[in-house]
Amino acid sequence: MPEPAVALTDIVFSWPGRAGLSLACPTFGMARGESVLLIGASGSGKSTLLSLVCGIVVADGGSVAVDGTDIGALRAGARDRFRAERIGVIFQQFNLLPYAHVSDNILLPLHFAPERRARAGDAGQAAARLCAELGLPRDILTTQAGRLSVGQQQRVAVARALIGAPPLIVADEPTSALDAATQDTFLDLLFRQTEAAGSSLLMVSHDERLGARFDRVVRIEDIVTTESRAA
Amino acid sequence: MILRLAIGSLLARALTVGMTVLAIALSVALFLGVEKLRSGARASFADTISGTDLIVGARSGSVQLLLYSVFRIGNATNNVTWETYQDIAARPEVDWIVPISLGDSHRQFRVMGTTQGFFAHYRYRSGRSLDIPDGHGLEDLYDAVIGADVAATLGYAVGDPIVVSHGLASFAAHDDQPFRVAGIIAKTGTPVDRTVIVSLEALEAIHVDWQGGAQMPGQSTPVEVIRTMDLTPSAITAALVGVESRLQIFGLQRWINQYPEEPLLAILPGVALGELWQIVGVAETALLGVSAMVVVTALLGMVAMIFSSLNERRREMAIWRAMGARPATILGLLVLEAMLMAAAGAVLGLAVVYLGLVVAQPWVDSAFGIWLPIELPAVRELWALAGVIGAGALASLLPALRAYRLSLADGMMVRT
Repeated sequence: MPEPAVALTDIVFSWPGRAGLSLACPTFGMARGESVLLIGASGSGKSTLLSLVCGIVVADGGSVAVDGTDIGALRAGARDRFRAERIGVIFQQFNLLPYAHVSDNILLPLHFAPERRARAGDAGQAAARLCAELGLPRDILTTQAGRLSVGQQQRVAVARALIGAPPLIVADEPTSALDAATQDTFLDLLFRQTEAAGSSLLMVSHDERLGARFDRVVRIEDIVTTESRAA
Repeated sequence: MILRLAIGSLLARALTVGMTVLAIALSVALFLGVEKLRSGARASFADTISGTDLIVGARSGSVQLLLYSVFRIGNATNNVTWETYQDIAARPEVDWIVPISLGDSHRQFRVMGTTQGFFAHYRYRSGRSLDIPDGHGLEDLYDAVIGADVAATLGYAVGDPIVVSHGLASFAAHDDQPFRVAGIIAKTGTPVDRTVIVSLEALEAIHVDWQGGAQMPGQSTPVEVIRTMDLTPSAITAALVGVESRLQIFGLQRWINQYPEEPLLAILPGVALGELWQIVGVAETALLGVSAMVVVTALLGMVAMIFSSLNERRREMAIWRAMGARPATILGLLVLEAMLMAAAGAVLGLAVVYLGLVVAQPWVDSAFGIWLPIELPAVRELWALAGVIGAGALASLLPALRAYRLSLADGMMVRT
């Protein structure tokens, strides 16, 4: 049996020094190639969970395994490198460095991930191909990212997440800044490209209507218990 | 790629970054300008007299001898007799010797008696000789050659009469024997500009009827008689000496200092100028210190600018982190940006200095007699520029460390 894409076991985590959230997640897993929609209201610990999966924060207890690697066991530098190599991240909005060209934005994760760069082959060509497949104009690569429309920026963010085909794509409410019509097109493109790359997709949203497209819908309150220390 | 992104990030904030760079550039320009002026002033000072190997006068302090013989400040306590002067002139080491006689004045300017040799041997600013574009040198007994400042201040032209006063700030005038302006020396930036030069014989001539500092009543030898008299002086104030070979300077200096007939002092002008500069030069250090503080202020402004930009850049930092950048990379990015700003400021400042030099060089030379050479930056200045960039990098560590901590705490989410 192949390694799962994501496996969380007995996670305990609280934000350091912050009178905020602490969170426990006994178990959560994703198979390879699976697409999972995580539903939850804001403040329910979704973003914290994503930070844990991405290895930006480390759990106080339990283990986070991504693509078979226990990232809690990695040193901080190795964890950052691991994230660059294996995970593509898409935010809600403001995904791109506004002052940089689109091509630099797309190639940025490769800068920290030599193996992923090698997988991508000719990185410039790969970026151009992704842009074309995402329906972005041909000359967009040399445009400053800050000049793009929000919809275009989100598609560029998809291209950046997918370049070099990382095994896991993590998306934090990527459609919330888009209007209904562009949402659909965006999700079509996202799914098509994720499948083409053979990546797993973990997406967080508060919008249950999106659920139909996913292999599985998980409610955050079913896997995570949170408490606020300050209250 | 990181460098390209850092430059892009700076360009995107062109206004604030531009102001910061401008502040650094101006402070650097001020610092380098002060440094240039300082070294220019020092060089001009040291070049007040060149080509002269020894200055000889009655025994006093070396700075004092330099002050009255070259800068015409203060007075000699004693004179050197004409016999002694001739003894020195007769030494085999001596290539040339020029006597100087001081004591009289014209308005606020000193009158110096000397010989044609002064024009032949006095050198300033690494070997330039005196130039008389207007008129001619000392030919007639009553010829006076005046410095550029004398001519400019008193509005003299060639041919104008000059009456020399006895002593300094005195009411006794040698008005029975007026001089004539024979020539005006081009601006030198040295005390020569403020000197009225006449011949030694002329000084003797105007004092023919004087004794003990006052004109003897009733006596007035006609000029025609004076012209026929032997006007060899009995004493001079000092002498400028050039030796045959530089190797002989110290031997001759020792010989003069041990001269048995009367107490003498021979100094090397360069050494005495150095001693004098140590006295004058305290101010330059203070000036340099102040301009260094201005650079520090500009760098602090940059640090404040980076600090205030951190909050609005937290989202950007989160992107970097999500893409796999380590917190150390973010720290490095901010330091790199600071170094780019400091470097841009340093280069721009350097450009401003050179532009200023090109514009101001002739004016500074004519107005203050300070020659500012336009040449490649000295190693010392390059080090100063490197220091500015280094200090900028060092200072930016403060906001960079804060960004480091913020990016650790924020993770991927920025609570805006």
